[in-house]
Amino acid sequence: MSADFLYGIEVIINGLMAGVLYALVALGFVLIYKASGIFNYAQGVMALFAALTLVGIMEGQVPFSHLINAIFGTKIHHFGWEVPALLAIFLTVLVMGLFAVLVQKFVFRHLVGQEPIILFMATIGLAYFLEGVGDLMWGSDIKTLALGLPQGGSRWVEDLTSPLGGDDFYGFFIDKLDMVAAVVAAVLVTGLILFAQYTKQGRAMRAVADDHQAALSVGISLNFIWVLVWSLAGLVALVAGIMWGAKSGVQFSLSLIALKALPVLMLGGFTSIPGAIVGGLIIGVGEKLFEYTIGAPYLGGATENWFAYMLALLFLVFRPQGLFGEKIIERV
Amino acid sequence: MLYREAGDFKTSYKSDSQTFPIAFDRYRYWAVMAFAFLVIPFIINDYWASAILLPFLIYSIAAIGLNILVGYCGQVSLGTGGFMAVGAFACYKLMTAFPDVSILIHVILAGGITAIVGAAFGLPSLRIKGFYLAVATLAAQFFLVWLFNKVSWFYNYSASGQINAPERFVGGIAVTGPNADAWAKYLVCLVFVTVCALISRNLTRGNVGRSWMAIRDMDIAAEIIGVNPLKAKLTAFAVSSFFIGISGALFFSVYLGAVEVGEAFGIQKSFLVLFMIIIGGLGSIFGSFAGAALLVVLPVALKVIGVDFLGWPTDLVAHLQLVVVGALLGLLQ
Repeated sequence: MSADFLYGIEVIINGLMAGVLYALVALGFVLIYKASGIFNYAQGVMALFAALTLVGIMEGQVPFSHLINAIFGTKIHHFGWEVPALLAIFLTVLVMGLFAVLVQKFVFRHLVGQEPIILFMATIGLAYFLEGVGDLMWGSDIKTLALGLPQGGSRWVEDLTSPLGGDDFYGFFIDKLDMVAAVVAAVLVTGLILFAQYTKQGRAMRAVADDHQAALSVGISLNFIWVLVWSLAGLVALVAGIMWGAKSGVQFSLSLIALKALPVLMLGGFTSIPGAIVGGLIIGVGEKLFEYTIGAPYLGGATENWFAYMLALLFLVFRPQGLFGEKIIERV
Repeated sequence: MLYREAGDFKTSYKSDSQTFPIAFDRYRYWAVMAFAFLVIPFIINDYWASAILLPFLIYSIAAIGLNILVGYCGQVSLGTGGFMAVGAFACYKLMTAFPDVSILIHVILAGGITAIVGAAFGLPSLRIKGFYLAVATLAAQFFLVWLFNKVSWFYNYSASGQINAPERFVGGIAVTGPNADAWAKYLVCLVFVTVCALISRNLTRGNVGRSWMAIRDMDIAAEIIGVNPLKAKLTAFAVSSFFIGISGALFFSVYLGAVEVGEAFGIQKSFLVLFMIIIGGLGSIFGSFAGAALLVVLPVALKVIGVDFLGWPTDLVAHLQLVVVGALLGLLQ
């Protein structure tokens, strides 16, 4: 097998890995959209906020230290303790749960029944607000996420696949972090699908997604379900934030991964969890393959920014509801 | 007592259908116009021009454009930054290719080119609606920024990818370039704003505007009663992009003078103009001005209060700006 062909396969595998990471972000969107019809533009910023909180708790930072120092003239920065990773993750999940309660209480309870575009604008406002609060609480410098996740290329895969090519071929280069992310995403998705199908609260969530009033009439508490869904989305955001943050450090650009998840959602449909996964994989592979085959040789490279959108746009023209989404029915 | 509608009777159709039927509004409009044209050019200085007035005027044009698309026609677009880039680069290529033609003509032509590009990117709106369309316009945004970065013909093969506005004169007075006076730049932008606002006010009150609003309110019902959705949506995209292109051309040539496409016309710009029209009011010409004024003045005001008054460090104030904008957006639903 020629080196180009083998490299092409490596590009595809790496595309699958990148797709898994996109799908992880898209999952949070799907959860919230399924349950409340809100497209949560703030999902990316939630991932950033969750990662910032995790690092802040692990390093024992004082929240809002910059603001406190400016107002009171003190110079405190750290508590002086360090929290072990698992406990810090648990505490961060609690923080995201608290955030879900506050968001439900102060923002979305007042916007029940509004048009989708109004809810979308509210989440844009929430995104900016949360970004500002996150920066105020933990500072806006780049932080490293030291959770002990394995990084770097996997020697085991390289050794396993090097016999496939000729003498010049050294085996597929696949990042260990990507493999861990794929496994984590698989576990998360399986957990979410099982939750949605087989538990009482999961079924209640699906009932709320179908019809708010019918769910109310059966006795399901809308507020509780919405808080639950936002907490789950916060958990997914935390996992996504950990994976992306371990890759490139916890910084503002993490919130831009929300923009990357949008084509995934358009492709897979907004209301489908398997759609988010499949869409993510298609976008991941498509992006990398396009860059490798057409982008770099003929178009000068750097096409990854916009190709995903063009691909999704093309899909939408032929199938406006995405691959797995519900058919859009409009009543006049 | 001063502001009353009652007792103000009209005796001709022309006076009944004027833009400001209430007398107080009319006098206020003429007073503001007189102040803007006759008083400000004499008292303006460089700081006020660069920090507040020029961005306000330029973003007002962009906000009017986007308001036509989002507020009057209901098509959500996140491609404003990309279209402003089209306007800026079109103006640049025209200015360098035809140095003898007046810059005013170039700005209008740049608007025209942007209108064509906008109509082309508006074609998906015939099939995709609402929020999916917002994401489709993001494709336009990212693609256009990539295009102006990659294809070096657009920035005349310069090594840095940055475009610089050559010095141009209107009636012997410099309006672009480093020697331009603040009042000259201000007057050029003010003239464009007035003309654009008048055009948009008349369009939105006429047949075309009514077809846009019909599409916004209920597009299937509009199609049933005979409003042509293709014509309405594409004209909305074209007119909106015309204004956004003019705004981009002025932003580059008169306000900044030199622009790098990734920095100046990225997605943040698209969101900024969208916030202006949301906060100012969708479907309202005055709302475009109000939103532009608020979002131009707010960072300056916060900075003055935070840094100069309270002595806080600048990054803290920058974070607070985000918090305030987000809160405003969330609360004003």
